Amino acid sequence: MVETFLVLIGLQLLGEWLARWLHIPVPGPVLGMLLLFVGLCLRRGVPTALQHGVPAFLQHLSLLFVPAGAGVLLYAHLLNGQTVWQLALALAVGTTVTLLVSALLLAGLMRWRGEHGHD
Amino acid sequence: MTDFASLWQAARQQPLTWVFLTMLCYRLAIALNRQSGGHALANPVGLGALLLIGVLLATGTDYKQYFEGGKFIQMLLGPATVALAVPLYANLHRLSKVFWPLLISLLLGSLVGIVSSAGVAWVLGLDDILIKSLLSRSVSTPISMGIASEIGGAPELAAVFVIVSGVFGAMLGWPLLSRLRLGQDVVYGFATGMAAHGIGTARAFQRSDTAGAFSGLAMGLNGLVTAILIPLLLRFWH
Repeated sequence: MVETFLVLIGLQLLGEWLARWLHIPVPGPVLGMLLLFVGLCLRRGVPTALQHGVPAFLQHLSLLFVPAGAGVLLYAHLLNGQTVWQLALALAVGTTVTLLVSALLLAGLMRWRGEHGHD
Repeated sequence: MTDFASLWQAARQQPLTWVFLTMLCYRLAIALNRQSGGHALANPVGLGALLLIGVLLATGTDYKQYFEGGKFIQMLLGPATVALAVPLYANLHRLSKVFWPLLISLLLGSLVGIVSSAGVAWVLGLDDILIKSLLSRSVSTPISMGIASEIGGAPELAAVFVIVSGVFGAMLGWPLLSRLRLGQDVVYGFATGMAAHGIGTARAFQRSDTAGAFSGLAMGLNGLVTAILIPLLLRFWH
């Protein structure tokens, strides 16, 4: 577990540092994820330090969102009656459209490629 | 002689009380989720947050005081985001066959995910802070919160929008796509990961391993692309 967190926290800090240094407007942990992904591809495998620690950690990923979920209390004043329904509409439309566009695009492109031979 | 009220006064000053109560609410939510047979509406994040809100309201605790303890749990979201690279890498071999269709669908789907909800909110004339917090609603919570605080949205609102999107997308995905003959594992999984991130991915794994793997892949890549696209889009917008 110690090695797992040394790698994960180390890469997050490195990501934050890179983002600041190179003025990249991407959250540090996302850059850290990219660094780890590239590292795993170069290394062609997941090191033992991460093999067991990461699944155990990610298994309870949901717990880490609970404080933020309760944070809606901070913005209760913005969420009066009408706004709540407008937000619900925005979320429902957005999620449905994203589902449909992603599925139609991928299915269409896969079919198109299938008909145009394989390269 | 100390009475119960003054004991509680001391306990609420102790940050660990809130760490403990957060974990307790989450554990209760997990138990309720199992009892419901893993129903999409009994989502552990949503339920856990609702229970916690109940505790905070019942004890008259303001969020700032709660967060003295809650921040220790939330702090782990950063390392968890980094850790998402591992399941992403585990699905790498599935990529090669459908690389180009996947890449194009990823870029366009990501763009649609960003502008769709925020666009509706903009048309309805909602507050700027609400619109900015809606931009990242289709990626997993840690990334979404990171983006929101980066661009002047509210991370806590972004988290709530992400959770609502995830629960809704996970519920809608299969009934909608299978009816439109888009229910192949690869397509259904990919679209669910794009629109409903981790909550959708958990649902997709219940259909098949392939659907789950592609959902996880779409979730991870979408998070990355969205984190890059939003700041770029805002730069052009202004």
